[in-house]
This record gives sequence, C-alpha cells and structure tokens, in this order.
Amino acid sequence: MPRPASRPLRVTANVVGVIAFVIAAFPVYWMVNSSFLDRNEIRNPVPTWVPFGGDLDNFRTVFEGDQFLNAMKISLMVTLLTIVVALAFAFIASVALSRFRFRGRMSFIVTLLIIQMIPVEGLFISQYKMLETMNLLNTVVGLSLVYVSLVLPFTIWTLRGFVTGVPYELEEAAMMDGCSRTQAFFRITFPLLAPGLVATGVFGFIQAWNEFSLALIVMTREDHRTLPLWLSTFTDVNRGTDWGGIMAGSTLIAVPVIIFFLVVQGRMVSGLTSGAVKG
Amino acid sequence: MTDQIVGKPPRARRTPLPYLLLVPAAVALVVALGYPLVRQVILSFQDYGLAQQFGKPPEWVGVDNYRDLVTDPYLWRVTLRSLVFCLVNAVATMVIGVGLALLMRHMAKGVRLLLQTGLLLAWAMPVVASLTVWQWLFDTNYGVINYALTKLGFDFEGHPWLLQPLSFFFVATVIVVWMSVPFVAFTVYAALTQVPEELMESAEIDGAGAVGRLRHIVFPAVRPVLLVVALLQVIWDLRVFTQIYILQQAGGSTRDTNLLGTYIYRLGIGGGKFGMAAAVAIFMLALTVLLTAPYVRSMLKQERED
Repeated sequence: MPRPASRPLRVTANVVGVIAFVIAAFPVYWMVNSSFLDRNEIRNPVPTWVPFGGDLDNFRTVFEGDQFLNAMKISLMVTLLTIVVALAFAFIASVALSRFRFRGRMSFIVTLLIIQMIPVEGLFISQYKMLETMNLLNTVVGLSLVYVSLVLPFTIWTLRGFVTGVPYELEEAAMMDGCSRTQAFFRITFPLLAPGLVATGVFGFIQAWNEFSLALIVMTREDHRTLPLWLSTFTDVNRGTDWGGIMAGSTLIAVPVIIFFLVVQGRMVSGLTSGAVKG
Repeated sequence: MTDQIVGKPPRARRTPLPYLLLVPAAVALVVALGYPLVRQVILSFQDYGLAQQFGKPPEWVGVDNYRDLVTDPYLWRVTLRSLVFCLVNAVATMVIGVGLALLMRHMAKGVRLLLQTGLLLAWAMPVVASLTVWQWLFDTNYGVINYALTKLGFDFEGHPWLLQPLSFFFVATVIVVWMSVPFVAFTVYAALTQVPEELMESAEIDGAGAVGRLRHIVFPAVRPVLLVVALLQVIWDLRVFTQIYILQQAGGSTRDTNLLGTYIYRLGIGGGKFGMAAAVAIFMLALTVLLTAPYVRSMLKQERED
C-alpha cells in the first residue's frame, strides 16, 4: 500500500482520474451511442447524448449487400491462418529458447528484438513487390504470410516467458518417474502452458484483425477487402453523410475485439513487460 | 532482475534439436522480412517505375534515387515533419501516461478502477474504428467537439478541422496520444507497484521531498520499463501511417500532410515509382535505427548487467 498522501494530492489525483476517464471512454461511448441514432438525430446540431428511442436501422444498412459479410469472411480466414501458423512456429521456437542452451541463442533473441522495431511501412514496398512476383497479391495466403512475420517475433517473445515460467523441476520429476523427456514436456509443461497459448493467440488475433497498412497494399481488389479496409472505404464513400452507418460498422468491428482484449489484457501486460525487460 | 529459470535446463550442447525447433520461425522471418529487405536495398538502386511494372527490365542507376531524394527539398520537409510529429506525440504520450500512472497510486480505489476501465476501452479500440469515431467527433457540421466549443463561447461553428495542415496534425496528435496513453499508463503503473514500499519509506525518513523521491527512488527503480516504453513510442510514432492515411482520405491536402510512411506509400503504390519509394523506405529505416540506437544500447547493457 502506498503511504497516505497529502489531501490536496489525493483530491488532484481523483479529479484528474475522473477527467481522464471521460476523455478515454467518451469516444467509445459515442461510437455505440451514434450507431443507434437515426439520420435526423445524427444531423441535429444539438447532439443526442443518449440513444433513447434509437433503433437498429444503421446495423441493417451495414448488412445490406454482402460487402460487410464478405470482408468479415476474408478477415476471419486471414486472422485464423495467421495465428495458427504463428502459434505453432512460435511455440516450438520458444521451447528451444527457454529449455536449451545453445550457440547463437542470444543472437536469435536479440534479432527478434531488433525485428520488432522494424516499421511495417519501411518494408511494405518490397513486400508488395515480392507478393506480386509470387502471384500472392489479393490472396489470403499472401496477406497471412506477411502477417505471420508481423506477429511472430512478439509471439515467440511472450511464449518464451510463459515456457520459462514453468519450473523445469516439474519435468525432471516426471522423468524420474519414468517419462521420456518429450513425454515429460507434453504431459507436464504443455497443459500448464495452455493459458499462455490462449492469451498469446488472442493477442495475435487482435493484431491481425485490426491491421491496416499491409492489408491496404496486399488486398487491392474490392472483393478481397478485410474489415478495417471495408470500414475505411465506408467513411470515404459516404464522406460525412452516413455517420450512423459508419458508427454501426465500427461498433460491429470493435465490440468483439474489446471483449477479447478485456479477457487477455492483464496477462499480456505482465507478459509484455517481463518479456521485453528480461533477457 | 533474474532469469526465471528454476533448476537447470539440460545442457544439450551437441544436439541439433534446438536448431531444428527454430527452423520454421526462422524461415518465415527470412522469407517475409529478410528477403524483402534485401530486395528493397537492390530496388533502391534501380530505376523501377511504371515501365518496369509492365515488363521492361529495371535499370541499374547506382545512387541516383538517393541523389534525387536528398536534393529534393520535399523529402526534407517530410522528414522534419515526421520527426517533429514523432517527438511531440512521444513526449505527450509519455508525460500523460507516466503522470496518470503516478497519480493512480493516490486515487481512491473506485476512481482508479473507473479510470482503468476507461483506459482499457480506449486501448482495445481497433485503430480504424477509433479513427472513424474521432472523425465523427471532429466533424465540421455535426461534430460534438465543434458543438461543445461553440457552447463554451468560442466560434467553432462549422469549423473544418482537417483543412489546415497544422489543425490536421493537431487532430492526428489527439488521436495518436489517445490511443497510446493506456499502454504507457498501465505498463508504468504495473512497474510502480513493484517498487518496494520500504524503499519509499526509507526515503521518507531520509527526508527526500516528493520531487527528490521521484527522481532518486521511483524513476531509477522503474527505469528499464520507462526505457522500453519510450523506445516503443518513438518507433510507433515515427512510422505512424494508418492515422495519417485515413485522415488524408477524409480531407486535407496530401502534399502538405504527408509523413514518411504515407510518402512512401504514395510514391510507390500510388505513383508506381518503386525505386524511389524503396530509397525513401531505406532512409526511414536508417532514421529509425539512428533514433533508437541509444535506447537499444542502454537496454542491451541492462540485459548484460542482470
């Protein structure tokens, strides 16, 4: 427990806390609120603060035509392919890094750290050219390939923290009881890692689900747009006319992510900082 | 900070197993990042434009692309703009984030939970969704922000926020900072709760004032975390792309609001000048290395000391 602070400090802290809460939460509230408002309320110079009497018309607009559902299908395929591949690769890599001491181990870790710092925008021109040569532009596989490289370093980094967190003695004990090394790993350590795998997977899911820059260059055809691309063109085409529909679309994309995020965030904060700080 | 390995992992020095386990990840990274990096370096020394896109073999032009770039005042304007934008955003994010983390320790429990919920919501919002909401908040005719400012007695009726470059970047800064503060606040707050209370109390007895306590006890204790977080902010804010790109689509002059990321995109994907775009991208990578090298060195030093 922190020491009891002086009264003015506590009052200031509480006031700042409430103001910061409003600034942080209001846009999210406003998105959901506006998604229920009809055109007249949206276009009223005096804002409608609560959606009493609102309806679901905006959501109906979103589902009209198959653009939204198609984008969702593409997004789901890309995201799932990405996390399945990334988790599988990252899992075995993290086992190597945390259960073995070998030459080049430290260099690999440092390389991961450096790769994480490469800005996507610094490479996407040549990634575009590469996918073009491979005939993978506008394909789920092509986008997933660059997404795997995007989430892989972080995934290895975090999973390594989780694997290291399972004491090796547990495996040793199992080996003394007659398990082989592999058996010991899969019977003892692996089940303990399940929460870590889920958390890391969900985090990768969020990253791939939200990604914009790479999707923009890889998925140039309209029928291959992911959800973020669909949403960005939605604002574009409707330029200031249908804010209700745009907010309904944003809400549909954001709500699952927010729920997922709330589920894993505690675990990820500790994973992220311990992963990033410890070697 | 100690490595958390309890007990000794096997010293399987001679087995190839760990290397085999690393192969899939390494191959994926080499294919999707390593190869493009090499190709980009090559591309940056070539004349690769629309003609090459349609089958003409690219011409080797040496450092021509780079020479054209560094003699083009526009690149320097974009670079300066990117640097200023990066620094303003990184500093604002760090100050607000660390400030909130420090204050969180003194908030009533209810207020702290409330704030943490709000920050989590902002943090969890998908980038593109946040951008649409903020555009709606800043909307010229029906936006809440213009409404509120007008109510407060300022003349903001029908104010177009995205038209003037400076105002455009103000909006972009608000959005970027709003999105980035939660990560900083949570991470630093988590680190602060790890500072042993005895340390703070002993400082109390020694008579260190609030400022002195911050400087000599609190900051050194959370220094590693502050370094990582600041480093990430600089990287993220230098490469900022999505926010600028989408705001540009919504209005505002592209030429006056380009940062390095959107400049590369518009040169390459938009304008078909792949050679030039590759050269700007290499320039941006070099700039990232330059800006982050001191941090990285200090982080690696920390790592070795532990």
